[in-house]
Amino acid sequence: MFLRMITKTLIRQKSKMIMIAFTVVLGVSLSTAMMNVMLGVGDKVNRELKVYGANITVRHKDAALMSDLYGLEGQGVNDKFLREDDVLKLKSIFWGFNILDFAPILEGRADLNGSEVSIIGTWPEKHATLPTGEELHTGLKSLRTWWAVNGEWLEEDDDDGVMIGHLLASQKNIHVGDDITIDSEEFTVKGIFNDGGNDDGKILMTLPSAQKILNLPGRVSDIEVSALTTPDNDLARKAAQDPRSLSPEEYETWYCTAYVSAICHQIQEVIEDGVAKPVRQVAESEGTILNKTTLLMVLITILSSIGSALAISNLITASVIERSQELGLLKALGAYNWQIVLLVLAEVMITGIAGGVVGYFMGIGFAQIIGQTVFGSYIEIARMVILIVAVILFLVTLIGSIPAIRYLMALKPTEVLHGK
Amino acid sequence: MPKTILQLQNVSKIYGSLKALANINLTVNAGDWLSIMGPSGSGKTTMINIIGCMDTPSEGSVILDGTDISKENAASLTRIRRDKIGLIFQQFHLISYLTAVENVMVAQYYHSMPDEEEALEALAKVGLSDRANHLPAQLSGGEQQRVCIARALINSPQILLGDEPTGNLDEENEGIVVDIFRRLHEEGVTIIVVTHDPEVGDVAQRKIILEHGKIIDDIDQSATFGEALRLKGRTSSAG
Repeated sequence: MFLRMITKTLIRQKSKMIMIAFTVVLGVSLSTAMMNVMLGVGDKVNRELKVYGANITVRHKDAALMSDLYGLEGQGVNDKFLREDDVLKLKSIFWGFNILDFAPILEGRADLNGSEVSIIGTWPEKHATLPTGEELHTGLKSLRTWWAVNGEWLEEDDDDGVMIGHLLASQKNIHVGDDITIDSEEFTVKGIFNDGGNDDGKILMTLPSAQKILNLPGRVSDIEVSALTTPDNDLARKAAQDPRSLSPEEYETWYCTAYVSAICHQIQEVIEDGVAKPVRQVAESEGTILNKTTLLMVLITILSSIGSALAISNLITASVIERSQELGLLKALGAYNWQIVLLVLAEVMITGIAGGVVGYFMGIGFAQIIGQTVFGSYIEIARMVILIVAVILFLVTLIGSIPAIRYLMALKPTEVLHGK
Repeated sequence: MPKTILQLQNVSKIYGSLKALANINLTVNAGDWLSIMGPSGSGKTTMINIIGCMDTPSEGSVILDGTDISKENAASLTRIRRDKIGLIFQQFHLISYLTAVENVMVAQYYHSMPDEEEALEALAKVGLSDRANHLPAQLSGGEQQRVCIARALINSPQILLGDEPTGNLDEENEGIVVDIFRRLHEEGVTIIVVTHDPEVGDVAQRKIILEHGKIIDDIDQSATFGEALRLKGRTSSAG
């Protein structure tokens, strides 16, 4: 009988129920889209921010100490270097897949036409096959995406070529294609780059060339790493101070989450004598932007849910007032308040679920439109959104029904049955 | 000695400065057929609401089948109403999207368990076997009121309470409804009917006249009500 009454009510009140379902569709589709984007946006925003370079640097622990204590950087501060052979080990850590790009740096000073200049040796590009069989394509080119290059980038084995910062090039009147001599080694200028920073006064060359000029075979001074990270929370900040202060459970949680401090910790486990440190400015900016983006999505979800609840509330209350005589009759026939409330809630919930299913799939569509428009790629569908949306749908429908429920509870059969 | 089914003791209902019912005392025995008459505003509806457990008195007590219902809460009153009272309304109050038999089954559903066979039997009792699957809009006023009576009777209530049950009916249908009441009375059902219609008031065994919230007359019609019924039946047939 209960189902028969619900079915017939739904059919009889189809225009109102369609309005309620439509409201739910709008709310759920927006919530689904925002939450899918929110959950998928972390990696996407991180990837977008990777154009601003590395967010982790690795250097020898003694060099890091000098830098930390005295603020001293560059060649001559100490004679401790990392091993080039260790660089590829970065991809072997637990969060190896989150390490998007990296490049070793060997910085030093050399003679150019009688004056001393800074040179940087690096992997302009690096192609390798890892022991796991994974193909690796990385290098400084991927970490300096903002560089404006006149000419061309150095290639992987371009040991006879160099790139020159545009300030140094104009100062020395060097052009693309010119031959220059650095510490008696002959090089051809392949490109002139504009970094917008300190590197504009430096010369970039392959790592073997720099190691040869600086007489540091197999050595690198720094490794720049670009990794996808999760914004820091209290646990990450506590771990960053001292991982040993964590309980075993906290340590496991921290270690298995892509916090920048956890990735740094894991890098130190594979790079001999290396100290990995987040480039705080970049890492924190990423976290801040990500947190603000997430907050925006959450706010939109909350506001759309409130909007839906208000609209549902109006529609349900109007429907219940219209049916007050019928519902009052049920009370007169012996229905308890809770039975009437259950009847109305069941009708609304069924309508809500129907609207929710349609809204969910529409929301997935909206998420993909947002993904394509904003990030140029599809948003991965998070299954947990179904559960969250179901909870939101339930709460929104329930909260939206509160005024109607209060009206029902106060409804006196004597008033509606005598037509007052 | 007939069993007392309902007793109103010094019952008053006060709305602000208005006394809708003033110190009412009334005893109804099981199987009685009682009509309550009076002009508009005399307190008939208030009285029937209190007897029907849809309202409580401001003062006094109402003993229904041995239980004082004047101090019960809303949930208890709902339970008592469901178990002991069958309600018939002037405007029928059938659920428009349910068929005649489904309207009867709704009362079963909120009482115990819906039983379609039993609901069809109740409709048969009021002569509506062939209209069981019609919607209220497809039934005449008299047929709708008979569905309402079947719904009121389906849970075997101790009191059948009618609020102007013939108020919206033509003379022929009025006669049919009165005839149903007569049969129910013969079966021992207690009937209390509020009415404006003197003819319907006269066919009851006992007539209560209300005015300004007070019982001004309590007329025993036992001697004449059989004749009145016979005359009513004849008038209806002629109509």
